[in-house]
Amino acid sequence: MEGKKIRVLIAKPGLDGHDRGAKVVARALRDAGMEVIYTGLRQTPEQIVETAIQEDVDVIGLSILSGAHTHLFPKVMELLKENNIEDIVVIGGGVIPEEDIPELKKVGIEGIFTPGTDTHDIIKFIREKVK
Amino acid sequence: MEMEIVEKITNGDRRAAAKLITLVENNFNQAREILKKLYNYTGNALVIGITGPPGSGKSTVTDKITKILREQGKTVGIIAIDPTSPFTGGALLGDRIRMQDLSLDKGVFIRSMSTRGHLGGLSQATQATVKILDALGKDIIIIETVGVGQSEVDIVKVADTVVLISMPGMGDDVQIIKAGIMEIGDIFVINKADKEGCERLTTEVEMMLDLNHNSRWRPPVLKTIATDNVGIKKLLEEIDRHIKYLKESGELEQRRRESAKKEIFDLIQGQWKEILSTFVDNGFLNKIVNKIVKREEDPYTAVEKLSSVLVHSYTQGDIKNDRKD
Repeated sequence: MEGKKIRVLIAKPGLDGHDRGAKVVARALRDAGMEVIYTGLRQTPEQIVETAIQEDVDVIGLSILSGAHTHLFPKVMELLKENNIEDIVVIGGGVIPEEDIPELKKVGIEGIFTPGTDTHDIIKFIREKVK
Repeated sequence: MEMEIVEKITNGDRRAAAKLITLVENNFNQAREILKKLYNYTGNALVIGITGPPGSGKSTVTDKITKILREQGKTVGIIAIDPTSPFTGGALLGDRIRMQDLSLDKGVFIRSMSTRGHLGGLSQATQATVKILDALGKDIIIIETVGVGQSEVDIVKVADTVVLISMPGMGDDVQIIKAGIMEIGDIFVINKADKEGCERLTTEVEMMLDLNHNSRWRPPVLKTIATDNVGIKKLLEEIDRHIKYLKESGELEQRRRESAKKEIFDLIQGQWKEILSTFVDNGFLNKIVNKIVKREEDPYTAVEKLSSVLVHSYTQGDIKNDRKD
């Protein structure tokens, strides 16, 4: 079974213990034929980026419900840049207020998916971004 | 270009190694040229296989022994395999959840992998990935198989030492004397030893092993509670003892020969499958299928003829043959 498979890292940065959403997304991407690496709760940005390197993923999906997204999401982007990684699409999800979204997009988070998002929209977004 | 990648990997470039593993998985034809050149830099690492049923604690044991190996100053590569969905082709790779503390240790490289339809407990890319991590400079490579049932025994042909993990409560003593998985352990671990039934299971495994007379190595049976780190040091001591036995008895070389044989068979199968698929592409196979369906020819004769045609054209170089020697 050769051929390109989209590999996605679903990671939970920060200290909140709510991984229901992350698991639902992971499951949906799995069912869409992707290989999903799920690393569990409470990951530091450093852990997330190192994992993304070793697993050679196409996409990092960050899930956060603690409100620390304005700190942790840019930190992940910074570390990716430090490691000269430009070919990974980063998306985010969780409880993220509307007014924070433009700032997150500015640092390079390509898609933000808040509660209520149809998982099909996430799948479509990833398929379009990863060629 | 190939040499450049090989150089990067042998210099410890984790990203280059990760990208090559992806290439092996996605497009073996492209990876092959690099692997050819990488081969000279391999053969130094010891390969430990960890296998057992789903939920028996393979990832946790892997995590704990890696930590001790790191204390001993050894570097570790981990290949963690989980199943691919036969329906969607997708996979959820969750072995890293138990290995979170290892992710920032530069002496450890973890790659999660899905079987992509390969049976036997490993993925098609496993043997090549062992070499990539070996060339990356890892002293020990741990392969964690998919959660196995009774007959996924490929690991025995790839690993130097096979650790078979079981746990109490999985069935009666007849399960233990069945053929297959219970025959491949060099070291038996009863994990979750604080659960009811541990003593009975231990006795049953010991009895089963006492009935094997054909090996100079009598596998030890160890009890662990991996989450609490109980019994892990002892497990590593036994792994060391087994490796020593392999080296002294000459069995290590024998196992590596088996591993090379398996790899040759896998590669040849892969190559012939590809050649066959070109026959599918150009409609040749369809003609044969039509004849068989119309009962103009039987499938056995058709395959005999087809094989001789293939072998002939392969040796004549009609089919792409990249051997230059």
